[in-house]
Amino acid sequence: MAEINRDDVAHLARLAHIDMTDEELDRMAGELAVIVDSIKTVSEVAGDDVPATSHPIPLSNVFREDVVGETLSNEEALLGAPDNADGRFKVPAILDGE
Amino acid sequence: MTDLIHLSADALAQKLAAKEVSAVEATQACLDRIGAVDGAINAFLHVNTDEALLVAAEVDKARADGDTLHPLAGVPIAVKDLIVTKGQPTTAGSRILEGWQSPYDATVVKKLRAARMPILGKTNLDEFAMGSSTEHSAFGPTRNPWDLDRIPGGSGGGSAAAVAAFEAPLALGTDTGGSIRQPGAVTGTVGVKPTYGGVSRYGAIAMASSLDQIGPVSRTVLDSALLHEVIGGHDPHDSTSLTDPVGALVEAARMGQVEGMRIGVIEELQGEGYQAGVLTRFHESLDLLRSAGAEIVEVSCPNFRYALEAYYLIMPSEASSNLAKYDGVRFGLRVVPDGAPTIERVMGATRAAGFGDEVKRRIILGTYALSAGYYDAYYGSAQKVRTLIQRDFAAAFEQADVLISPTAPTTAFKLGEKLDDPLAMYLNDVATIPANMAGVPGLSLPGGLADEDGLPVGIQLLAPARQDARLYRVGAVLEALLEETWGGPLLAKAPAILKIAGGK
Repeated sequence: MAEINRDDVAHLARLAHIDMTDEELDRMAGELAVIVDSIKTVSEVAGDDVPATSHPIPLSNVFREDVVGETLSNEEALLGAPDNADGRFKVPAILDGE
Repeated sequence: MTDLIHLSADALAQKLAAKEVSAVEATQACLDRIGAVDGAINAFLHVNTDEALLVAAEVDKARADGDTLHPLAGVPIAVKDLIVTKGQPTTAGSRILEGWQSPYDATVVKKLRAARMPILGKTNLDEFAMGSSTEHSAFGPTRNPWDLDRIPGGSGGGSAAAVAAFEAPLALGTDTGGSIRQPGAVTGTVGVKPTYGGVSRYGAIAMASSLDQIGPVSRTVLDSALLHEVIGGHDPHDSTSLTDPVGALVEAARMGQVEGMRIGVIEELQGEGYQAGVLTRFHESLDLLRSAGAEIVEVSCPNFRYALEAYYLIMPSEASSNLAKYDGVRFGLRVVPDGAPTIERVMGATRAAGFGDEVKRRIILGTYALSAGYYDAYYGSAQKVRTLIQRDFAAAFEQADVLISPTAPTTAFKLGEKLDDPLAMYLNDVATIPANMAGVPGLSLPGGLADEDGLPVGIQLLAPARQDARLYRVGAVLEALLEETWGGPLLAKAPAILKIAGGK
């Protein structure tokens, strides 16, 4: 099972969209190495014959009647947004440059 | 009137029904208590004074008019700040949601309102319920009413401390790996994690969706049963909600009968790593149950030893996915770096500023476990362990009607003691995690004080899925037997808290 190093943490932090300082990366890499080391044996416990459980009490085909239920108004939906305009969420630029 | 705060929810409900006290008096007594002690405890992140008193006044008027009321109408309650409430802030203990107000009520909150229970406010927690000590709250730790230098457990330390310090007779908690039961254990209170799906999760801010469960927090077993019946039942807003009826939980608690029941001691949840005083009290509880006619049997759950590892893969994986929604677009904090940043840079800066260390650790760990190339070895393997844990439970419940263990391996530790050692912190949940992995219900009740430090010890009961009533049936008996040996409730032995005064 793989180890986890500082470069891995930097890569994962980018994937998770969390900016990290050098100091944070150093600390996080050390802490995560200990945690990963303690949980890595998990892959040795169960064989191929054991099915995975995704959900403790399986339910299937959970549907509701196809009718309009409770919904938030446009105003309510925007109430907690950091920025909005014309009844929509307003976001910074998606692409770099002009 | 100070006696009002010491009443159980059941006793208070009876006095309200008999018109011996008013709901306004009861609610004001709790608010006064919060004002007097919460400066020292920090159980509440928000106190909902006006609305609570308004609801109480409406209950009093309805009662005077002869309306039919829910038995708990007018009994005040505190709500963990992971559960969304209209008209009050919900922070999840995080800077990223500071000042945010939900546009809707959680289903459990709707049910409290339907029963007309005044909501006293929102209680402190580890950020996004990630922790075992409430020290990971962005708004400062909650302190244990038994010793203000010690942790109240976590993540629901605020709810447990609020009922232990007599600030509220009842509270709501959430339990993903022990966040209701472990705080109950270290504060000498009662906490119940219902069967997964037994109580709607709609409006509980998600950490790990396949493990999270809302449940009652109280000072007595019966009070938890009363609250459990209010909040339980099917909810179409939660697709994992069970369609079963809630069950006769209050009746089970009032009946309290163990004669002829088989109670299984889990071999793997005792011994090494467990504090001596915890084990002494645990064995005394076994003797009491035996004296009441229960048969104590030994059961083995060999795969429980892998539960913690599997949990620390499944929980962060699901959390990293659930917390992706905090992107600075739809709600909560937005941090805009200098220049003309793109949304990606805004997200990176927002999440860096808004999340605390433990949340970041779990998001990174979850992102790692779900990464291409590692998914099968980590997340996939952990899900297989989950199957093995379920099989262990199934085998154990063929030999026993209910299982029993200490709730936590130790009593409350000192604030700061495990903050720099995440792994040591995680070990607190070793006895509570298996129930979440399998979806079975669990209850923690006070088992006495450890000889070496005089701090509360918790006893955990576990029942098969959908058999929550058994927890109350056995819990009520053990509670009565223990209180007989103590000469009253354990909380009567709690020291300083009765004298503390500090503003809030």
